[in-house]
Amino acid sequence: MQPVPTQRKCAIRIKGDPKLYVCGRDEKVLLALESAGQAAINVGCRRGGCGVCRVRVIAGDYSTAKMSRAHVTEEEEAQGYALACRLIPATDLEIETAFLGREARRERLQPATSLEEE
Amino acid sequence: MSQEGLLRPGIAQLRVLDIDEAITHYVDRIGLDFVSKEADGRVYLKGYDEFHRHSVVLREADTAGIDLFAFKADCQESVDGFRKRIEEYGLEVEDVPAGEQPGVGPRIAFTIPSGHRIELFAEMDLSDNGPETSNPYTWKTEPRGMRAQRMDHCLLYGPNIDKVEEFFTKVLDFHLPERVDLPDGTLAIWMTVSNKAHDIAFVKHDEPGKLHHLAFFLEDWNDIGHAADLMARYDISRDVGPTRHGITRGQTIYFFDPSGNRNEVFSGGYTAYKDHPTRVWDGNHVGRGIFYYERQLNEAFLSVVT
Repeated sequence: MQPVPTQRKCAIRIKGDPKLYVCGRDEKVLLALESAGQAAINVGCRRGGCGVCRVRVIAGDYSTAKMSRAHVTEEEEAQGYALACRLIPATDLEIETAFLGREARRERLQPATSLEEE
Repeated sequence: MSQEGLLRPGIAQLRVLDIDEAITHYVDRIGLDFVSKEADGRVYLKGYDEFHRHSVVLREADTAGIDLFAFKADCQESVDGFRKRIEEYGLEVEDVPAGEQPGVGPRIAFTIPSGHRIELFAEMDLSDNGPETSNPYTWKTEPRGMRAQRMDHCLLYGPNIDKVEEFFTKVLDFHLPERVDLPDGTLAIWMTVSNKAHDIAFVKHDEPGKLHHLAFFLEDWNDIGHAADLMARYDISRDVGPTRHGITRGQTIYFFDPSGNRNEVFSGGYTAYKDHPTRVWDGNHVGRGIFYYERQLNEAFLSVVT
């Protein structure tokens, strides 16, 4: 009987950081980075809402869980932007921080204050 | 009745990314009671110790954050009186018809200088699942999850804090138990319309309309510990605590809902009366004001909002 192949974990590289981080294929990248003590990617809500862990994936395949469109629009998602707390690797990944300061966030999107929207 | 006009926070409507995950979080974990899900998809919830139909509304959307925070008034005449004062102050008032939320009478809505939508209303149906009023037990059915008694207050982030303070104190008759004043101006204000240490608070921030947290009241420090145990067991994203705030003296945990909206479980806090002086914190002591034991602010407190 063939042994069941164990799925290799994925290597995560952050641009400008010489260290290599390890993330399971069912794990969110931010949580793996946080438990390894890295500091380049900010840790905020860890649930796709606040946007402080915004990154761009430079190389590799991945999937994402639902994230706030205030921080990653559909178009940006297609260009490789994601929130690291919603990012699940399928292969080794290379990422870079794409954190938007408050100023940039304010200019992108005004908050939804009307009940009539959507 | 000595408390007239506005009585208390009445409704918070939050945006969530996934309504089913949000229901699990707010009902099973925090312990709110499920009231209804309506045709437009909004979900209505209440704390077990709340008398009225609902206090928390969840709306599925593609962003997280807060749609509105509403205060309940003693009668419609009060709401009409506030409308006049709000318009005289220079804010545009919008009417929300009765029934826009089930069981709720007409509301008035306006956007304050921090970019938040605030509403006032006088009428809401009593819940058919409220606390007992005849020879009552402490609770009818044992509380679930973190045993949240009620939706308690919110902390909002936005610009023009000085104008917000002026509006709430001069137009809506709030008083100000506590504030943080830095050399370059006011950083934060804690305001109440009742005698809780705060019903609403604001921190200066350059993005308008942001939510820092929505808080739920727990009975005591033991229940805060129990809430922390639930956060560990159910992998709830925790921010800070269990700890205490110097400001309000409340015992607290900050954590996040599955859409990244920050929640707080809060117990204690002093009693604030209108004739009490405002407690003032300066930049050298604000760390102890926010996190009493840690004695320092973390970066997330000032920057992580939805």
